[in-house]
Amino acid sequence: MSITAIKGRAFGDRVLLALVILLSIVMIAPVLWVIGLSLKENAELMANPNSVFHAPYTLRNYVNTVGTSSVFLWVGNSIIVSGGLTLGTLILSSLAGYGFARLNFPGRDVLFVIVLFGLAVPEQAVLVARHQIFSILKFHNTYPGLILPGLSASFGVFLMTQYFKAIPKELDEAAMLDNASRFRIFWKVLLPLTVPAQATLGIFTFLGAWNDYLWPLISATNKEMYTLTVGMASTQTNFAQSEGIGFLMAQAVFAGAPILIVYLFFQKYIVTAVSGAAVR
Amino acid sequence: MADQLAMPHTATPAASVRTPSADIYAPQWRNVIFVAPFLFFFTTLLLFPLLWGIWLSFHKADTFSSGNFVGLGNYVRLYHDKVFLQSIWNTFYFVLLTVPTLALIGLFLALCLNRRTRTAAVLRTLFFSSSVLSVTIVTLIWRIVFIPNVGLLSTIYGWFGATAPAFISNPSLAMIGIAIATLWWCIGLPMMLFLSALQQIPRDIYEAAALDNANRWQTLRSITLPSIKRTFVLVVIIQIVLQFQLFGQAWLMTRGGPNNLTKPIVLYIYDTAFRRWDLGMGAAASEILFILILVAAMAQYLVARNKGDRA
Repeated sequence: MSITAIKGRAFGDRVLLALVILLSIVMIAPVLWVIGLSLKENAELMANPNSVFHAPYTLRNYVNTVGTSSVFLWVGNSIIVSGGLTLGTLILSSLAGYGFARLNFPGRDVLFVIVLFGLAVPEQAVLVARHQIFSILKFHNTYPGLILPGLSASFGVFLMTQYFKAIPKELDEAAMLDNASRFRIFWKVLLPLTVPAQATLGIFTFLGAWNDYLWPLISATNKEMYTLTVGMASTQTNFAQSEGIGFLMAQAVFAGAPILIVYLFFQKYIVTAVSGAAVR
Repeated sequence: MADQLAMPHTATPAASVRTPSADIYAPQWRNVIFVAPFLFFFTTLLLFPLLWGIWLSFHKADTFSSGNFVGLGNYVRLYHDKVFLQSIWNTFYFVLLTVPTLALIGLFLALCLNRRTRTAAVLRTLFFSSSVLSVTIVTLIWRIVFIPNVGLLSTIYGWFGATAPAFISNPSLAMIGIAIATLWWCIGLPMMLFLSALQQIPRDIYEAAALDNANRWQTLRSITLPSIKRTFVLVVIIQIVLQFQLFGQAWLMTRGGPNNLTKPIVLYIYDTAFRRWDLGMGAAASEILFILILVAAMAQYLVARNKGDRA
C-alpha cells in the first residue's frame, strides 16, 4: 500500500473521529448543563446563565427535592406498578410459553396466531375503550388500574414460547412419559433453564413500565397515585414561573440518576432486552 | 420425588430408545390451564377493547355510556376536522424528520464503534444511555436546552453575540426542536441493531477482501452494506412504528402548539377523548392510527420472516 493511501486513511480516520466526538458532545452537553443548573441558586441563574460555570454551587435544590414528599410517594408508586407488572408478566408469560411450546390442546395453533396478532396492536388503538371499561369497573387511580393493562401484552408470551421451544425435548419427554404432572415438569425441569429469558423479559418489562407515560397520565388523575413519570411531568407544566429552574433540574437528576446507574450495571442485559424486543 | 423422576431415564439407555407415544402430545383440554391466565387478560384487556373501540367509533359516546349509533358520523367529522388532518400531516412530517436521520446516524455510529477497543465500548454505552430515560426527563432536559435566556443553546449563541433560534415557539422550528430531542433520546436502538448485524458478517469475507487489496470504501460498499440491507429496512420500519406513536415529547414540550403545528395523531386522540370527552370521535381517530401502524407492522413481519430465505 502506498504512503499516500496510508496518509489518506489516517486523514479519513480523523474526520470520522471528529464526527463521533462531536456527536458524543451533543449527547453529554445537555446532561452536564442540567446538572450544572441543578447546583445553582435560582436568582443567580436568572441574572446570568453563564454563572453555571463558576462557584458558588449549592445543594439546596436537592434538599428541596428530597423535602418534597411527593417525589418519594411517586417513586414508591412506580416501584409498585413496575414491580407488580414485571412479576405478573413473568408468571403469565412463562406458563403460557410452556403451554404453547410443549403442550397440545384443541385450537392451540389458532390461538397462538391470535396472540401473535396482539403484537401488532398499538396501545393507542385500545386506549379509549380500556379507559371506559376501567371507568365502569372503578379501576382508575388504583394500582390494579395501572398494572393490569400491561398484562395483556403478547410480547412476553411470544418470547417465552420461542425459548421453551429451543430447549431440547428429550429433557422433559421422559418425565412426560412417566406421567409426571405437567406443572411439576414445568416447575422443576424447564423453568430453571429459562432464567436468561426471564432476566431479559423482566428488565424489558420493568423499564417499559417505569418509563410509561400515556396510560398512567390518563388513568392516574389523583396526585396520590401519580407514577414518577407523570408526577415529574405535572411539576414542569409552568416551567419558568414555578419553583425555579434549578429545582426542576435537581428533580430531573434525582429521577434520572438511579435508572442510569442501573443501566451501567446491567448494560448487557438491557441492550439485549431492548433490541431483542424491537426485532421480535 | 424429583430424583425418582429423573433417575431411571438418565441412568439407563432404555429411556432414549423409547419413542414418544402419541398420547403425550395429543390435544388435551386440561393443558389449556397453562395458557388460560394469560388468555384471560389478553381477551379482556386487548381483544375486547379493540373490538369495543371499533364499536365506540360508530357511536356518540362519553365516559360511562355509549350513546347513539351515528354510523360513520365520527369518521366524517374527522375528515372535515382541519385539526385532525393537520395532526396526520404533522405525524408524517415528524416521521420524515426522525426516521431517516435515526437510521443514518445509527448506521454511522455502528460502523465507527464496531471495534474491540475500550473507547468504542464507552461510546456505545454513552449513545445508548439516553434510551433508558423516561420521556419526562428527556423533554425536561431539552426544554432547558432550548429555553431562551438560561438555555444551553442561547448561552452558546450568546458567546458569539448571536440569538439562538426559538426551537419551541417558532412555528416553523417547533417540530424540528421536538425531532432533535427525539433523535437524542432514540439513537441508541438503531445503533445497537446495526452493531449486532455487523457482528454477524463472517470475518473471512473481510480477510478475502484485504487479500484482494480492496480499500475501505470498496469493502464498505461491496461487503458491509449489502450484508446489512435487511437490517436497514427493519430499522426503518421499527422506527416508523415507534415514531408514529409520538406523544410525550409533543405534549410536554409544546402542548401541540403553536397553532396545532406540532400536534401528532396520538395527542389529537388524547385531546378529543380525554380532555373534550368525545370518546366516539377519539376512538375513530385511534382506529385510523391503528390502520396506519398495522400497515407498517405487517411490512416488518414480512421483512423479518424473509430471514430464512437468505442464502
